[in-house]
Amino acid sequence: MTTLAVLEQRDGVLRKISHEVVTAAQRLGGGVEAVVCAAGVVQGADQAAKFGADKIVTLTNPAFAKYAPEACAQALAERAKLGGHRCIVFAASATGKDLAPRVAAKLGVAVAADITDLATDGGAIVVTRPVYAGKALLKVKVAAQPAVLSLRPNVFTPVERPKAGAAETVAVTVPAGRVTVREIKAAPAGTLDVAEAQVIISGGRGLKEPANFKVLEDLARAFGGQAAVGASRAVVDAGWRAHADQVGQTGKTVSPSLYIAVGISGAIQHLAGMRTSKVIVAINKDKDAPIFKVADYGVVGDLFEIVPKLTEEIRKLHG
Amino acid sequence: MKIAVCIKRVPDSETRVKIAADGKSLDEAGVKFVLNPYDEFALEEALRRKEKAGTGEVVVVCLGPAVAQETIRTALSWGADRGVLLQADKIPADPFETAKVIAAELKTTSWDLILFGRMAIDDYNHQVGQLVAELLGLPCVTAVSHLDIEGTKGVAEREIEGGIEVVDFPLPAVLTADKGLNEPRLPALKGIMAAKKKPLEVKPVQVGAGVLEVVALTPPPERKEGKIVGEGAGAVAELVRLLREEAKVL
Repeated sequence: MTTLAVLEQRDGVLRKISHEVVTAAQRLGGGVEAVVCAAGVVQGADQAAKFGADKIVTLTNPAFAKYAPEACAQALAERAKLGGHRCIVFAASATGKDLAPRVAAKLGVAVAADITDLATDGGAIVVTRPVYAGKALLKVKVAAQPAVLSLRPNVFTPVERPKAGAAETVAVTVPAGRVTVREIKAAPAGTLDVAEAQVIISGGRGLKEPANFKVLEDLARAFGGQAAVGASRAVVDAGWRAHADQVGQTGKTVSPSLYIAVGISGAIQHLAGMRTSKVIVAINKDKDAPIFKVADYGVVGDLFEIVPKLTEEIRKLHG
Repeated sequence: MKIAVCIKRVPDSETRVKIAADGKSLDEAGVKFVLNPYDEFALEEALRRKEKAGTGEVVVVCLGPAVAQETIRTALSWGADRGVLLQADKIPADPFETAKVIAAELKTTSWDLILFGRMAIDDYNHQVGQLVAELLGLPCVTAVSHLDIEGTKGVAEREIEGGIEVVDFPLPAVLTADKGLNEPRLPALKGIMAAKKKPLEVKPVQVGAGVLEVVALTPPPERKEGKIVGEGAGAVAELVRLLREEAKVL
């Protein structure tokens, strides 16, 4: 039986996280139908074929120009029923976290949310979900029909497995939404969200004052647009950084390729949020700081000397 | 303003997780339980809305074991008017079952607002708010970090990747609260004393097992022992070499 992979677009452009969704969907076997809600043509939607979509369906309605939670939920639930899919896969992005439960509820099931692994066991789908902010992993057998899953970003590395990707556009009618997005206030250009960044440079109390985050921003920029600046709970609670940047149990749980913790001692609730990073670097003046216990590479010393030097070296590489 | 705040009793974020003998659940021995941090933002918002309106009622609803009465008392000490414990010994792994029980309770009253935390910090499901909204047929905005309400019209802000979504919605509605929505108050002694006398209704409920079955709860894989590359700026060249050649992330 087939899997419905729900793609994401913003302003008519496919979001890259969609590649992860298709990659995970095709792991279940049985064929993948990719679907995206949009006002018209979605730039990059054809890319879904490269990662394993047999079919790419664009559900169109003018209401989909901005994220329309109720209309999208309705259209996707109808599409899901029509296809009789065994499984529906979303990204656990900001939009996916909002949307997946709405669709699931219309199908009479819950979402197995924010999963980091999936497998089939006989006829059943078995997923792994980090709980307690990653301090433990919960293995769950999903007997729901259909199974609705959402994927933690950055975990399902896109793998190319070209398929036909037959394109189909279906104009759909949707109810007038009660909840409507008026506008999106964009973050300053070049800022990347910590949940989706490949490189995260996080700062804690060791930065001493808010203005000093500039040294981390400089380092982030040296990575040429791939890096985001994160923060510990302590500095967010102190008002130095926005909550959007907080990594940890009451912030975001992240899995970048490279996590650089600067002036962060490593409270258990912070470690929980970043321990699934592929490579962790810690820079701290206290050689006994708990952060060094989870770091692959540690540098002990004054961050205000070490980080600028690191920035210089990274700039050379990305020269 | 008649506002319901749905709360959960969860292990404190400093908890070191030990797996119970059944291999499927948390060993609760010695674990400190608290009001879910995201629910604090929901509760604070409810109290401020009621205070601003000058009239109304804030009702705390919690699905949990008998001991969750303590969590409800905490909410009452902040200023909520009364509490309802939907008492069940075990909360299933299937959030749809949780949502059904909560929706059934909320359905009996007409609310201006139903508030949740955007997620619980134990099971990370971030969906009970949406599921309840769907079951009740109410509009829903999730992960709200800023809120304005005039009459029956609301404007909420929610964080998305690389920006803030500004969302219009009508009341009554279900909202889930994110950090940043407000600064939760510290309970005053007076509130703690008053909370003891506030009504707390205990209703035993039957919760279905659902279709998400826990197979195992396991510790995360240990990270292999790392190394201290060196001290000071002099170690940076070696760090970069290791990141390129050994870890291959640069």
